[in-house]
Amino acid sequence: MATQGGIGASVKRKEDRRFLVGKGQYTDDIVLPDQAYAVFVRSPHAHAKLKKIDVAAARTSPGVLAVLTGEDVAADQLGGIPCGWLVKSKDGSNMVEPPHPALAQGSVRHVGDPVVMIVADTKAHARAAAALVDVDYQVLPAVAHLADATAPNAPLVWPEAKGNVCYDWHIGDPARTDAAFKTAAHVIELALTNNRLAPNAMEPRCANGWYDAANDHYTLYTTSQNPHLIRLLMAAFTLHVPEHKLRIIAPDVGGGFGSKIYHYAEELLVTWASRRTGRPVKWTADRMEAFISDAHGRDHRSTAKLALDKNHKFLGLQVHTYANLGAYLSTFASAVPTYLYGTLLSGPYDLPAIYCEVLAIFTNTVPVDAYRGAGRPEAAYLLERLVDKAARELNVDPIELRRKNMIQPEQFPYQTQVALQYDIGNYQATLDLALERIDYKNLAKRKQASAANGKLRGFGVSTYIEACGLAPSALAGALGARAGLYEAANVRVHPTGSVSVFTGTHSHGQGHETTFAQLITEKLGVPVENVEVVHGDTDRIPFGMGTYGSRSLAVGGSAIIKAVDKIIDKGKKIAAHLLEANVSDIEFGNGQYRVVGTDRVKAFGEVAFAAYVPHNYPLETLEPGLEESAFYDPKNFTFPGGTHLVEVEVDPETGVVEVADVAIADDVGVIVNPMIVDGQAHGGLAQGIGQALLEEAVYDADGQLVNGTYLGYVMPRAADLPMFKVGNHVTACTHNPLGVKGVGETGAIGVPPAVINAVLDALAPLGVTDISMPATPEKVWRAIQAAKKGA
Amino acid sequence: MAITLRVNGQAHTIDCPSSTLLVEALRDNLRLTGTHVGCDSSQCGACTVHVDGRSVKSCTMLAAEAVGSDVTTIEGLAKGGELHPMQAAFADHHGLQCGFCTPGMVMSAVDLCRRTPKASEHEVRHWLEGNLCRCTGYHNIVKAVQAGGAAMAAKGVK
Repeated sequence: MATQGGIGASVKRKEDRRFLVGKGQYTDDIVLPDQAYAVFVRSPHAHAKLKKIDVAAARTSPGVLAVLTGEDVAADQLGGIPCGWLVKSKDGSNMVEPPHPALAQGSVRHVGDPVVMIVADTKAHARAAAALVDVDYQVLPAVAHLADATAPNAPLVWPEAKGNVCYDWHIGDPARTDAAFKTAAHVIELALTNNRLAPNAMEPRCANGWYDAANDHYTLYTTSQNPHLIRLLMAAFTLHVPEHKLRIIAPDVGGGFGSKIYHYAEELLVTWASRRTGRPVKWTADRMEAFISDAHGRDHRSTAKLALDKNHKFLGLQVHTYANLGAYLSTFASAVPTYLYGTLLSGPYDLPAIYCEVLAIFTNTVPVDAYRGAGRPEAAYLLERLVDKAARELNVDPIELRRKNMIQPEQFPYQTQVALQYDIGNYQATLDLALERIDYKNLAKRKQASAANGKLRGFGVSTYIEACGLAPSALAGALGARAGLYEAANVRVHPTGSVSVFTGTHSHGQGHETTFAQLITEKLGVPVENVEVVHGDTDRIPFGMGTYGSRSLAVGGSAIIKAVDKIIDKGKKIAAHLLEANVSDIEFGNGQYRVVGTDRVKAFGEVAFAAYVPHNYPLETLEPGLEESAFYDPKNFTFPGGTHLVEVEVDPETGVVEVADVAIADDVGVIVNPMIVDGQAHGGLAQGIGQALLEEAVYDADGQLVNGTYLGYVMPRAADLPMFKVGNHVTACTHNPLGVKGVGETGAIGVPPAVINAVLDALAPLGVTDISMPATPEKVWRAIQAAKKGA
Repeated sequence: MAITLRVNGQAHTIDCPSSTLLVEALRDNLRLTGTHVGCDSSQCGACTVHVDGRSVKSCTMLAAEAVGSDVTTIEGLAKGGELHPMQAAFADHHGLQCGFCTPGMVMSAVDLCRRTPKASEHEVRHWLEGNLCRCTGYHNIVKAVQAGGAAMAAKGVK
């Protein structure tokens, strides 16, 4: 029987109350004594030389404390913003890694590039002074789109990056793949774009830096998914201050979705400006500023070919991708279109030959980095669109084509042709479950009902896989990572038996304060309400690599379990002493230490108390206290996967696509809190449907972001979405102690191709064969008109 | 200029420029930071409060316009330490994740359910068109609003 409140229970969230009564504490809610405020003057041009920066009027504006430029950054020898992953090109050469000064030096390379920092006693004074800064720009030719940046004689973002290429990377076996295509009975080809997205966490980024001169110590409050990583990068690369003099606090954070992983210039600049002015300095992005300073996501153009034999078994896959990196390399940017994309191209399929080439391209746009899914949605979209196209061209059922080519349950562990080894899964089971949930057998009736209303109903399927639980450090290091990717935990049992858990992961909506407490309840029998989970403060938590890539439970949770196991073992020694028995005769369960086969027991709380009040205690052989730390480095990635099914209704008169039904079956491994897992799936689905139907960050050819507000960038609202049917089929991960895989990104990865496949299914009777994301009413309507003309 | 605002049942006199928005007065002058700012185009609804019982985006009005009105923020919704039924429903139905949009969602939902105690799913979804959430996909928010409305009616809570 499961422990009450332990693994498998939908415990209500411990963190909810403070948010519901308006007492959450987000970074912008914090006002420090003597608080000063920063605003940035940012480039209005996509590419320009800085001829002259006149800050004289700003310096004498009321309330101004400092006006800082790239020259000051250089004079104080602040380091450039580093990239965390070194990717090598095919020929073994390193990627082109241009400088990334915190404030522009000599040139600006995207709209939003920060040029001048104003610090003043109030926000209003800082804004007023910013308006007085006069920058003389010599505007240069710019490139924003992949097609333009890769054209012959395109303007260069960086002179050292010929053809704007950052790296020319590949994975897989070209000869084996060529050979597979030579024997193919059928070859299906597809060209597609993965649309550029703005992550848009509801809380804009904010940073508040404070230098305590008396103690020569820095504190930075920041909207971060990984405060220890920020400390590491500031200590080693940008601020050049040792870790013990630098405290990073990421308090309540209002969503991240990847955009708050990275070390941003503003974090460095407010901390540095505090040292220069002697006052704490806070910067809060407004939303338009967020659009041109937060890292974006996706932005790929690809061509792909799938080879099949006469029985429709997959023989090989060839992929060529251009990936837009923007103007500078953000923290994880180089890893996203390579190790989080190319390695995922086998999907859930037994694919005997794969070859993928990726050209990463600089453009005069804001940097592109990981956004919910990060590389894996791009892989799933390409593969699932291609498989659907194959089914349509070969006139076979898209479900049966997938089923025929899936890795069979008995084939695990399965070694793909693109480096990964999947430990376990059951893709057929998720497919069956999702089909049942959406009532597939009555699809024809629903299509008829829609047709009777003048609507076209389409059905779309996507079977996907992802790699989560980043990452085995040795493997990541071999692939170019410049940091380890383990996780750390400290578990402190207090004298009266309550527990504090310190985790290096960060919760910004995921509910770790509840889920991680449930691990303690499950293992130690301590009620959830007696467990505190602490995160987000480098002074309170030993170390950590933070939260991204659905890694928190798989890696951070495993570290907690390791620490708890040490607690249990130490408790056995204490209990053996108290019970006058051999340690080997002590067992632990249901919150009690017991002499095996007897009714002689000591409750966990009694053992904890004895550890701190060691009057009767084996002090010669055992230290007092009950607190343990652990670091956990994963043995492999985890591999969540599943099936996402979508039904849409298209109005052929207007092109409006309504999402009529969504049913998914995921395999995210063992589920600790089903309520929270379902909630994560819902959120991912909304973002995935947003990508498919609504969202796109649009740059014009000159590098202006034309829809950088909530008026122009369309995100899903409540009326755009249906209720979601969410199911799970569990196969337990084989290599971590909890059997968990990760759930944060499933929806964003699996559902976009299912939506587009459904739209194309709806439009197939009209002769439409392709549509790009987002499938807006205008685009759908135009596709219908074009098909009519062509017919 | 000095203005007196009545917020959560208490009168506060503050000194602020005439251009001060209500949301700025609440957050910066009164330090009621439960009301959030998520955009600069009155699109996200994170700043929703009640002015004389009606939900209003507090970034769309000047603080001076609220003089003489009763303003209620998320901090004023729970009474005597007990959550308002709508707040309780959001917790019971996992209607929040990161919590940033939550105060605006709850204030907007309370207004809906005062007007329409048994709002349908369709009505809830369309009422909430002024409130963006990036975490929940709205699924559990819709459930929470319907349950919260039912609880308000059952308990006779406005």
